[in-house]
Amino acid sequence: MDAGRYIPVLILAAAVAAVQLFTLATGSEYYLTQLTMSAYYALVIIGLCTLMGYAGQISLGHAGFFAIGGYTVSVMTTYDFSGFSGSAVMGLLGTLGLASASGGELHLSPWVSLAAALVITVAVAFIIGIPILKLKGHYLAMASLGFGLIIYRIVLGTRIFGEADGISDVPGFAIAGGLRVSGSPELRIQNYYIAWTLVIIGTVMLINLVKSRAGRALRSIHGSEEAAMAMGVNASRYKLYVFVISAVFASLAGAFMAHLNGGIGPSEADVMKSVKYVAIVAAGGMANLWGALTMGVLLNYISLRGYLGSYDDAFFGAILIAIMLFAPEGLINPAVMKTAAVRARSLIDSIKKKTGRGGHAS
Amino acid sequence: MLLEVKNVSRAFGGLRAVDDVSFSVPKNSIKAIIGPNGAGKTTLFNLISGSLRPDSGRVFFNGRQIQGRPPHTIAARGVSRTFQNIKLFHNMTVLENVMVGRHTRSRSGFMAGIFNLPSCWREEREIENRSRGILDMLGVSGLAGMNAGNIAFGSQRIVEFARALALEPELLLLDEPAAGLNMHETAEIAEIIRKIREMGVTILIIEHDMSLIMDISDDIVVLSSGKMIAEGRPSDIQKNPEVIRIYLGEEDAQDQEP
Repeated sequence: MDAGRYIPVLILAAAVAAVQLFTLATGSEYYLTQLTMSAYYALVIIGLCTLMGYAGQISLGHAGFFAIGGYTVSVMTTYDFSGFSGSAVMGLLGTLGLASASGGELHLSPWVSLAAALVITVAVAFIIGIPILKLKGHYLAMASLGFGLIIYRIVLGTRIFGEADGISDVPGFAIAGGLRVSGSPELRIQNYYIAWTLVIIGTVMLINLVKSRAGRALRSIHGSEEAAMAMGVNASRYKLYVFVISAVFASLAGAFMAHLNGGIGPSEADVMKSVKYVAIVAAGGMANLWGALTMGVLLNYISLRGYLGSYDDAFFGAILIAIMLFAPEGLINPAVMKTAAVRARSLIDSIKKKTGRGGHAS
Repeated sequence: MLLEVKNVSRAFGGLRAVDDVSFSVPKNSIKAIIGPNGAGKTTLFNLISGSLRPDSGRVFFNGRQIQGRPPHTIAARGVSRTFQNIKLFHNMTVLENVMVGRHTRSRSGFMAGIFNLPSCWREEREIENRSRGILDMLGVSGLAGMNAGNIAFGSQRIVEFARALALEPELLLLDEPAAGLNMHETAEIAEIIRKIREMGVTILIIEHDMSLIMDISDDIVVLSSGKMIAEGRPSDIQKNPEVIRIYLGEEDAQDQEP
């Protein structure tokens, strides 16, 4: 195996630690809050990047999977299950320490709800993926958009999902040994590291996948589905698997984000969010996990800090147009960076020449 | 018989693209399919390789029915192919293209890939070594690291051959391998086809270059408007008045008669 693929991972880990130390030194630790949220969004982005950039299948419905993760854990950790306290399932969960009573209410452990969220996500991804992945190009984009719309309207219109208000008072998620996914300020630093650990693990997994036999098959489907099948690649199965994997990444991000923010609202399921994810993957260079990750953090951070004000959606729309027009290969792309560097140098040279001549004249 | 095509038909709307075609291909032979444009040659290939389902008829490979099965399972049984308008994976290097050809001869799945299990490393090494060996054999190992979309047209054809061979096929379907090539490149392709046959691979080839066909094939099937109008050795096909008529036109054919 080549260990070289993990060098950027070490750089990323070092950068994550460096940023934290920098905020500590400058007393600007409040930046970590948005960097933590950006990390969870980056998790969605890298999963979508694998689906879009490598396997060549678009999804305009990934906010739907994020919402499935977030809403499932939010509902299950806030719901009072005391009505079911006599049931065998609750009894079993109680003896396993996965359900606890407090103040007359019976609540499920976040582990149970996280497991449920992932199971539901996988099931929905299969059910949606099997029919829509038969479609290609614009048709797939529209069908996935339809899925996103359905999820959005469901969470917006259903009592148990809190309708327009969403769900609040979602408890923190005590992972182990005092680590707790929660939005309380004193846990800011550990939450920053929890989120980035997840991103690093996810990135390593996807890099491994992309460089494996299965990843090669996925990329071959992108190159020519007909030729891939003629070479023995079960294209429909591979497309479905990568769709499910990317859905799980989105759902996991949604689940952790719900614990971090103490709730979730329908805006997370908004189709515009899905469009934003696609725009970020495009800006990162499509078949480029590191580009997607970089853009995922950078653009989400800019957006979360509120630098764009009410023009946030417009900004991402503009990014889509600009990327498609000027850099369809994305911004973080070795070839594009190279040509950009060459162009910049020749521009500087010509400016130098001009100013040099100007100097003589004066 | 390695491949048997029995009464296979396929229509598109009202057009009978392939109409009741039957022939068989013995092991270790080279069989050619010729015919004018639109005769149904590529459709026939697609029916054999599984890209299309026949409306009726059967296809046997090694005695087992394969008609209507998905292309990837037919590939896994040992049927490989090239395409008339070369279909390389332009998002991958030449070497990676050939490595995809090893797909059915390797097994690591998604989970093994995601966790980069040691079993993958051994297999990846094996896939890469075999693929490099094939590029070497076809004399294009220098292209291994190039992007498949950035190499010369003639080289793309050879790389597509390499990818098809990486599957270790028993039967290789070649769809107009000399199309768009100059005489020198065509001679090179003929050489490669002979080499492939020496490896024990059976070949079914569609081609318009008659000198190439007459040179390499053992047997020829002639299609016209979806129907099979002749089958036989190259020397017989050259003399067949029906074949001469469809290739040269009615009057020319009459002129040729003694």
